[in-house]
Amino acid sequence: MNTSHLVLATGAAATTRSITFWALAIISVGAALGMVLARRAVHCAVLLAIVMLSLAVLYALLGAPFLAFVQVIVYTGAVLMLFLFVLMIVGVHSADSIVETIRGQRLAAAVVGIGLLALLSLIIGHAAIGPAAATGPAYSTSNLQGIATLIFTTYVWPFEVTSALLITAALGAMVLAHRERVTPKPTQRTLAQRRVSGGRPSPLPGPGTYARHNAVDMPALLPDGSPSEVSVSPVIASRGEFNPSLPGPDEFTATELGAAEPHAGELGAAEPGASDSEASEHEGAR
Amino acid sequence: MISPAHYVALAVILFVIGGVGVLVRRNAIVIFMSVELMLNAVNLAFVAFSRMHGNLDGQVIAFFVMVVAAAEVVVGLAILTTIYRSRRSASVDDSNLLKY
Repeated sequence: MNTSHLVLATGAAATTRSITFWALAIISVGAALGMVLARRAVHCAVLLAIVMLSLAVLYALLGAPFLAFVQVIVYTGAVLMLFLFVLMIVGVHSADSIVETIRGQRLAAAVVGIGLLALLSLIIGHAAIGPAAATGPAYSTSNLQGIATLIFTTYVWPFEVTSALLITAALGAMVLAHRERVTPKPTQRTLAQRRVSGGRPSPLPGPGTYARHNAVDMPALLPDGSPSEVSVSPVIASRGEFNPSLPGPDEFTATELGAAEPHAGELGAAEPGASDSEASEHEGAR
Repeated sequence: MISPAHYVALAVILFVIGGVGVLVRRNAIVIFMSVELMLNAVNLAFVAFSRMHGNLDGQVIAFFVMVVAAAEVVVGLAILTTIYRSRRSASVDDSNLLKY
């Protein structure tokens, strides 16, 4: 029970609470603004995770420990991970374009946002939002029991309907994400034929081979020292994160040349003197 | 002293930011994220009012909102992947077959 008191911070002093509230309010509003403004969808997802985590702490401050944990587990854990999975499927490489397709859309959106903010502020300014009620055990140790009692007595019918909703959603997701195969599955024979007739029977060069680093965005170097474009994944290349610091043939220092040259001679043979870190890095690149 | 009114004000700000995000962004996934932000803001208001009234009904409603939001995200993202599969784009500008 000690830990639950810690999490709830019910015993915390009022100043601690207000410091926590203001810090989290600033963090969450800043992260939310960043989410709206960030161009990359992955950045948006990470900033949204920050907002959700700070909201979870706010729930704990408000005396809702169950909801705080559900927020972390369901929202940050499940929903945001689902977002990230779909982002990886649907295309991380597509940054949002800045071009406005509807003329004056951003200005209109800003005006609507300010208007909505003014309207809602007026409403909550006029509403009589009283002080917090006295804290009972329902906001600390017996919070879970209180919620369970409400769910299984007053709200038992919505709770049962929820199960139908979840089953429908799961079925709908399965139906929507299912794809019928319209062409026959390629056999090993057809794959081999396609490969031989495709012009490049060998596998593509790996990124970073004979280059300065073995990072995925570092193109491999061809025997004449020019970078090989096909060695970098097209997803990385289309993101514009192609490593600009390509070492040309004249940029090679003597030590790197010395480390790289034996590889060119005896491909596949065990490296005898791979003692320094540079040589082992090249070994890893291959 | 932090009163529930502070929490409601924070919820209002987050709700408006989410609404502006829905209006401004054109990547469908980011629009979904903004909707999630709005739902979270509403949840915060529910919990704050539950604290103000001194009963747990608001927390139960916030719990139901979370369940519905999870279901919504699952179906919405499945629709998005289906659209992406046929159109190769996640931008809402490209789904315009029903326009005019």
